[in-house]
Amino acid sequence: METINATQIANHFMKGRYMKHRGYYGPFGGAFLPEILVATFEELDARFRQAKADKHFWEEYETLMATYSCRPTPLTYAENLTRHFGGAKIYIKREDLNHTGAHKANNVMGQGLLVKRMGKKRVIAETGAGQHGVATATMAAKFGFDCTIYMGEVDVLRQRPNVFWMEQLGATVVPVTDGTRILKDAINEAFRDWVTNMDTTHYVLGTACGPHPFPEMVSWFQSIIGKEARAQIMKAEGRLPTKVFACVGGGSNAMGLFQGFMDDPVELVGVEAGGEGIASGRHASRLCSDDASFGIAQGYKTYFLQNSDGQMKETHSISAGLDYVGVSPILAHMHDQEKARFEYATDTEVVDALKLTMRMEGIIPALESCHAFAGAFKEAANMSTDDIIIINQSGRGDKDIFTVADALGDPKWKEFICAKAGEYKND
Amino acid sequence: MTETNTRTPAPAFLETYIREQRKKKAILLMTHIVMGYPSFDACFEIVRQMVDAGVDLMELQIPFSEPMADGPVILKANQAALDSGATVEKCFEFAQKVSDRFDIPFLFMTYGNILYKYGMDAFAARMSEIGVKGAIVPDLPPEEANDYLSAMKKHDLSAVFIFSPETSDQRMKMIDTHATGFIYCLARKGVTGKETQFSSDMGNYLARCQKSTRLPTAVGFGVKEKADIDFLMGKADIAVVGSQTIREVAQNGVNATGPFIRSLIE
Repeated sequence: METINATQIANHFMKGRYMKHRGYYGPFGGAFLPEILVATFEELDARFRQAKADKHFWEEYETLMATYSCRPTPLTYAENLTRHFGGAKIYIKREDLNHTGAHKANNVMGQGLLVKRMGKKRVIAETGAGQHGVATATMAAKFGFDCTIYMGEVDVLRQRPNVFWMEQLGATVVPVTDGTRILKDAINEAFRDWVTNMDTTHYVLGTACGPHPFPEMVSWFQSIIGKEARAQIMKAEGRLPTKVFACVGGGSNAMGLFQGFMDDPVELVGVEAGGEGIASGRHASRLCSDDASFGIAQGYKTYFLQNSDGQMKETHSISAGLDYVGVSPILAHMHDQEKARFEYATDTEVVDALKLTMRMEGIIPALESCHAFAGAFKEAANMSTDDIIIINQSGRGDKDIFTVADALGDPKWKEFICAKAGEYKND
Repeated sequence: MTETNTRTPAPAFLETYIREQRKKKAILLMTHIVMGYPSFDACFEIVRQMVDAGVDLMELQIPFSEPMADGPVILKANQAALDSGATVEKCFEFAQKVSDRFDIPFLFMTYGNILYKYGMDAFAARMSEIGVKGAIVPDLPPEEANDYLSAMKKHDLSAVFIFSPETSDQRMKMIDTHATGFIYCLARKGVTGKETQFSSDMGNYLARCQKSTRLPTAVGFGVKEKADIDFLMGKADIAVVGSQTIREVAQNGVNATGPFIRSLIE
């Protein structure tokens, strides 16, 4: 019966204004959906429009985030880093202080409220680094939903601690063994689940990508970051920042921060994963390298890292969360319109930025977020002391201890792991 | 085999061909291969055996790295084909070879990005040149298909669209206005290659499909044995056997193709 209801709702909305908005941002976006999912997306879009038009929904969302996820997150003045570079005043937006340790919670809790309104009982999600998976498993536990997380086998191996927590939180984690066995393959697999179980299940897409309305919806929930950051900097400094920096994988934390400053004379800078350098070909830079081209995959149109036949390429980054072939269609449009500037940071630059931030500020950004730090550090010294920059710390790095310890090449950590492995062997 | 000249231009050709064949058979059989899997040579032999065993139409899938509508069997075939060096160019060459050699209509099945990267018009022109009659592109719903539809129309090719059990009557009628050749009806939710219950519910759904289109209907997803095909007689014009033939080849080798197809229709 739920099927019929979903179809009826979708039909109702198709008659009206729905058909006008198909989620295009310039030539980017759209909804390249298999027929089986069309009705499900129409229902989702209808419910999302209702929620967006209902100010009580946003109030409910803000209350939930304030009582469950430490919002508003602070805007920290990085006094030592500022002194170190001797240029712009550096502020850090602390999305790492969200419950579960990353901005991912904003989107997930918002979609959770929407799932409650839709009356669905099961959620599924893809995850790369594991943050989105942990956040979704957390949300599912809180709201009483069944939860399945799809995660590329490669990511399962590099992010075991996050897998551990997802399972402890009651989620089923399915390692995806197809394709390149990373984030994009997990997304494909989540879609395959959804085309079978859409009556009972909502797919909590983790970033501002995918078919309409996901880019818009995820960006809307993440806009809380930019709204807060703008109010906080106005309170602290009485003026706007010159530039704001965010790392860009799918693009949700960047969209979140940028939306606070869309109509302001503020330069928006997105920093992509430069991996081993653009020339090496081992990177995940879609907007600031010439290696990406316009294409259609995973239900939307954007710049993809693909070959001339349209087959997706393997990507590389030190951070699993930025290791993705596509990018938010909204950011792609902003790139082409020159509304935002995109740079990259290499794995080495990222590790240096991490070390410096830990030592100078006692703050441990996630490797993903360190791309934004590295990007900002390249420019801060050349700016005037009257300038202000905000860096979005999208997540915390301490929980990625295995990856970070490897990235830093810490010998004592290795020793500890070997000793621990020995203990388990003797069990 | 058919007397119809497969060099006649689609889309009128494809619909006419299906209707003519239906005068001779209670139901037609369409099969599916992934080009380049397990190899192009093996594919050629599979096609030969299928045609010899009496298959009426064939879908030739151009492998794609992100086949989101395909289930595990076809997904793995896509990857294996790409891993062993299948390219769009090699697929065109293969399609030309089989369409020159065998007297049944061939269709392409692939994803939007393959056409998009090649250029919609160039892709359609090439299809027309090599004698492929139409295409099924599951991630190009009519709303996103303007360029695709005009290219296919320009080159007299059939753009086959899909109905699913989730598609409303109203939407089926909208899709029908864009479709040519036939309508591909998904037997159920989910991806290719999983179990399907051939039940009275499905009978109702297929009746709804037939009522909503002026074109012949094909039913796919989960058709794998003679009983399934018998069930579909009178409810659809074409039964589509996809994943199961790929499974047969994987388990029993290329030479199992002919006997398997015969077991379905004899």
